[in-house]
Amino acid sequence: MTFLESIGRSTVEKVEYIGGLAIQFWRGLVSSWRINPFTGSRLRWKTTVRQMAVIGVQALPVVCLISGATGLIMALQGGAELRKFGAMGVVINLVGTSMTRELGPLMAAIVVIGRSGSSISAEIGAMTVTEEIDALRTMALDPVEFVLVPKYIAMMAMMPCLTVAAVFSGILAGGIFTYYTLDMTLSVYLQRTAEILMMRDIVSSMAKAVAFGTIIVHVGCFEGFTVTGGPEGVGRSTTNAVVKSIFLVVLADLLFTAFFYFFWR
Amino acid sequence: MTPNLQTRGGNGADSRALPHLLGNEPIIAVRGLEVAYGNRYVLRGVDLDVYPGETMVILGASGSGKSTLLRHIEGLGKPSSGTIMVKGVDICSASRKELKNVRRAMGVSFQSAAMFNSMTVGDNVALPLREHTNLAESTIRLMTKMKLQQVGLSGVEDLYPSQLSGGMRKRASVARALAMDPEILLFDEPSAGLDPIIAAGIDELILHLKKAFKMTIVIVTHEMQSAFLIADRMCMLYQGEILAVGTVDEIRNHRHPHIRRFVDRAANRFDKSDHSYLTGFES
Ligand SMILES: Nc1ncnc2c1ncn2[C@@H]1O[C@H](COP(=O)(O)OP(=O)(O)OP(=O)(O)O)[C@@H](O)[C@H]1O
Ligand SMILES: [Mg+2]
Repeated sequence: MTFLESIGRSTVEKVEYIGGLAIQFWRGLVSSWRINPFTGSRLRWKTTVRQMAVIGVQALPVVCLISGATGLIMALQGGAELRKFGAMGVVINLVGTSMTRELGPLMAAIVVIGRSGSSISAEIGAMTVTEEIDALRTMALDPVEFVLVPKYIAMMAMMPCLTVAAVFSGILAGGIFTYYTLDMTLSVYLQRTAEILMMRDIVSSMAKAVAFGTIIVHVGCFEGFTVTGGPEGVGRSTTNAVVKSIFLVVLADLLFTAFFYFFWR
Repeated sequence: MTPNLQTRGGNGADSRALPHLLGNEPIIAVRGLEVAYGNRYVLRGVDLDVYPGETMVILGASGSGKSTLLRHIEGLGKPSSGTIMVKGVDICSASRKELKNVRRAMGVSFQSAAMFNSMTVGDNVALPLREHTNLAESTIRLMTKMKLQQVGLSGVEDLYPSQLSGGMRKRASVARALAMDPEILLFDEPSAGLDPIIAAGIDELILHLKKAFKMTIVIVTHEMQSAFLIADRMCMLYQGEILAVGTVDEIRNHRHPHIRRFVDRAANRFDKSDHSYLTGFES
């Protein structure tokens, strides 16, 4: 009985969590719309641009490094197997498609979770426990509009860029491998890669980037807004933001991949 | 219970408004407010009326729920039951727009100051002006400076809240609450942790605001001296209810033992049994 109860309770909690996220997502969209430049109201440009720098520009070196290493790993691992079949050329396909469809967006997301997801939840969590969020509300400022939206817009702008950077550095690293093993110049390698890649690869890459960015910002903010207790509550929420973001990102990745596998061949 | 004064709300409205305020509708009307954290009730049926232009001081022991009451008037809490009307709007069920309008008429200073740590003190005070008005930047700067001077802070605009002392932060949060020249001020212990000179300055500021701008002011304070000075009426929170509401003199001369202890600054007298936890050490 208690076992069933605990299953029931944790199910209810999960559903509540997803529900809370969905509500916040909706409010974020509404607020984003409300501050769009066409209907006049104000976007906090300064905050947004600063967030872009923090979320995007500063993450660029790490994203490139990690994706480059991943591309090289893919090439080495693939090469080791494909060599047996004398099909080394397939390494180009392997690296190109897997980086674009899968590993580019994923590596970018993982770096952004580690850098920004955690810091978003820590920052907002600290604001929650010091009553800064309440102070915003009493000033008739909507925390979602004031705190979340600049981060969300910055993320929507930067996540696709980071993903492109990740894909490129992964593919370039693959080029280094083919240069030494297949005596293939970089320009030939890139040309071959471009031939292999299809529209659907690029669309799925960008779709994932947008979805992952949305997950990271909203989970980070949600964890921050719902902090209870003092500093250790903030710590807990930061951990949760990272773990839950990774889980949801991988889940979303699976759904997207399955979707593209079945519906867009 | 003392029968001579109105106690425990009863039918809700407290009849003891000051004569010159009696004709008015209350600007803040709390009815049957019950608030629970988990299943522990902190407020169990609070009724309170605050009339436009009066200064209401909320008294009560530490942990009696004063901050909780204030937070609910600010629309920050979810009461288990009861209603809170501010300027004729039910805070708990108001639409976005109504809530926004009511809140723009409210200036709030939290017990913990709640300054935005990522902004300078000047930006903190200027924030409501920047967000809600179309004033020129130079005007905003000037107003910010003025508000900070009113609370005895000058030349701190470019410091961050973490670079201020606790008392300075408190005063900065009072300045921020005043930024929009609100109709209603809600202060949670504005002079706690301030030296007597500056605390007296805050009292004077409050009296000035009341006289010059006819602001409605609700203040939580422990400083009885200052409470008697600034209050038009006072109320005492005790065991989750309003024990008594009345004018300064009525509270000063109230016969309820808890209020007497507050006014006379006398400690709780404990029974011998309260020291029973010591007996273990005696044998
Ligand atoms: N977030 C919370 N979760 C659980 N209990 C709370 C919370 N906030 C307040 N309480 C409880 O509610 C009661 C009233 O708290 P409140 O802060 O309103 O007291 P107070 O009258 O303002 O005290 P003080 O004069 O010390 O500031 C306290 O007993 C406290 O333990
Ligand atoms: Mg308090």
